Amino acid sequence: MSSLTPPVPPAPSVPETAANVIEAAEEVHAARTLADSRPPADEEILTVENLTVEFPTDDGVVRAVRGISYTLHAREVLGIVGESGSGKSVSSMAVMGLLPKNARIRGSIRYRGQDLLTMRPNDQRSLRGRKIAMIFQDPMTSLNPVRSIGDQLAEAVLAHHLVPRKQALGRAKEMLDLVGIPQADRRLRSYPHEFSGGMRQRVMIAMAIINDPDVIIADEPTTALDVTVQAQILEKLLEVKDEVNAAILMITHDLGVIAGMAHRTLVMYAGKPVEVGSTDQVFYEPRMPYTAGLLGSIPSLEGERDGRLRPIGGTPPSLIHLPAGCPFSPRCPLATDECRSGEPELAAVGEGHLAACHHSDTLAEAEDATAFFHTPGPEEAR
Amino acid sequence: MTTQNAEPSGTAKAPAAAGAAADAAQGMSIVARSQGQLVRRRFLRHRGALAGMILFFIVVTLAVSSIGAGPIPGWWDKDPTETGQVVAAGRPTLSVLPEFLGGGGFHLGEHPFGQDNIGRDYFALTMRGTQVSLVIALLTGLVATLVGTLVGAVAGYFRGWTESVLMRITDVVIAIPTLLIAGLIGVIVAGRGIVIFAVFLGLCLWTQIARLVRGEVLALREKEYVEAARSVGTRSRRIIFKHILPNTMGVIIVSATLMIASAVLTETALSFLGLGVQAPDTSLGRLISDYRTALTVRPWLFYWPGAFIIGIALSINFIGDGLRDAFDPRQTRVRD
Repeated sequence: MSSLTPPVPPAPSVPETAANVIEAAEEVHAARTLADSRPPADEEILTVENLTVEFPTDDGVVRAVRGISYTLHAREVLGIVGESGSGKSVSSMAVMGLLPKNARIRGSIRYRGQDLLTMRPNDQRSLRGRKIAMIFQDPMTSLNPVRSIGDQLAEAVLAHHLVPRKQALGRAKEMLDLVGIPQADRRLRSYPHEFSGGMRQRVMIAMAIINDPDVIIADEPTTALDVTVQAQILEKLLEVKDEVNAAILMITHDLGVIAGMAHRTLVMYAGKPVEVGSTDQVFYEPRMPYTAGLLGSIPSLEGERDGRLRPIGGTPPSLIHLPAGCPFSPRCPLATDECRSGEPELAAVGEGHLAACHHSDTLAEAEDATAFFHTPGPEEAR
Repeated sequence: MTTQNAEPSGTAKAPAAAGAAADAAQGMSIVARSQGQLVRRRFLRHRGALAGMILFFIVVTLAVSSIGAGPIPGWWDKDPTETGQVVAAGRPTLSVLPEFLGGGGFHLGEHPFGQDNIGRDYFALTMRGTQVSLVIALLTGLVATLVGTLVGAVAGYFRGWTESVLMRITDVVIAIPTLLIAGLIGVIVAGRGIVIFAVFLGLCLWTQIARLVRGEVLALREKEYVEAARSVGTRSRRIIFKHILPNTMGVIIVSATLMIASAVLTETALSFLGLGVQAPDTSLGRLISDYRTALTVRPWLFYWPGAFIIGIALSINFIGDGLRDAFDPRQTRVRD
């Protein structure tokens, strides 16, 4: 639950006291964890196949998404992680149909068999908010400052249902109750500036679930909030997921959030998925150096023998001029000539576990995958 | 809170304290106010706006009640069209200076604003002019604001060819001198009454507001709450009218008031050219142009309508200023 404790396999060398502390912390934080929530079903809700998104600019074509495929099942939480510019937000905006007009979108996005990309704009609009809803990153700017909370919530209902305004407001009140805002009927008349950041994000969650959607896209829903509020919001999200029976597409750059929230995880780099698998597989058995690098660059409460983080050197490549071969090769400690000439395809490395790396076997054999990113500290260099 | 006030003041101490504590414990010690109440409070605390409101109210009341309008009978006994004997070179008989300051005390006299050269009562004329000018100014401002807002919002929100077409039309209207189009319209609708005249005048003054609103909308359409509204499936029309335009209210109100003020002046200019209000009817602008040569011999024929023009323009501007501040829910501090 907490973003401070990403699950790293408990190494045998960890002192028992540390393990106890972690367990205790988890018990305190995790009033509701993924394990408590209802398990995913086999039913396929959203299928994205070979989606590419390009933006023509004066400097050349920006290849923001270069082919991403995934399937979201009912009640499943799929985490998409990646650093800024890896295409995670753009791919989800493509699902919402909210990309600017100049975007060139190819591939297919199917919601229960209907292709969203070939659909008429008005049909797509009618799905938005009713079947596929979105929670935005910054609750401070995602609510209209001049309209009351109740108005904005009711609007989400009225956009899809021919009901009296009063009934829509009643629904809005129910939703505020559900997301845990006290005195909901009074709060309907409040304006966004009268709410704190955490409360506004609750309102955004209420707005997303007000029409009982099948899919909730949460685009970095906790980035703008502080850590304690983050935990509450994520908990609330899991709670409402069960309440409305929705699947969640969780987009984030926070591995801690993914660890506590997602059934499956998809790691993106330079517009492409580089590793897909169950969250445990991705966290405990990374088969792509980038994933390992991400895991090594966050502080951990356990198993950090030399007490230093292992950051990934360099910066992500320009999406206009991608390097030949694997886009991660310039930063990869395992890179060989093979990596610099041919871009690896996603290949199965385990059951339901895919990775795009020529050297996933090397990682599989390694005891600690993050150790490849070890950079000598100043005292060692001397 | 109310129960505590109902207690007799002598015995209220203990129960009131207990009540307040209970209120605080429940988090209920805040008095809820509706948005309308808040707007009214903010507006009334804005001194300039309040003064403008009072001045505007006085001008309107005076203009309507004195000579009457339509079925409303007036208390002033003279008609703006009625000619008569020029008394005392038509000097104003209005006296406001009290006797102990060397004045004649407060009295209206026979012709408080004086008379013109053919003996018409200038008070009645000014009142009629004020009525006509107000109707033209308000109607013109309304039409110009509606058209301008609509054009600007649609162009700014939809972009693409819609924007190109609308803004090129706007450019063309701007490129032609306003007075020229307005004059042309004046000729076309001459003698069809002031309402038609005002509507057409509004149809050639909307360009400024259209550009202003388009600029605002261009910025607002990129806001996250607009994206959030789209993500719940809100229709474009609703996004424009419910999300974007309320956020441009400040700009619209201020430019609408400026528009009303400038409509008074445009009407003056057109009347001066003989293209505005046609005789025997009159307006403040027409009065000024009619008696422009009398400035040296009968200055009151010039400064009475002038004072009313300034009064109307100023009071409307102050009201607009107050409205803009009052409508902004983000504003917590009231100007003093």
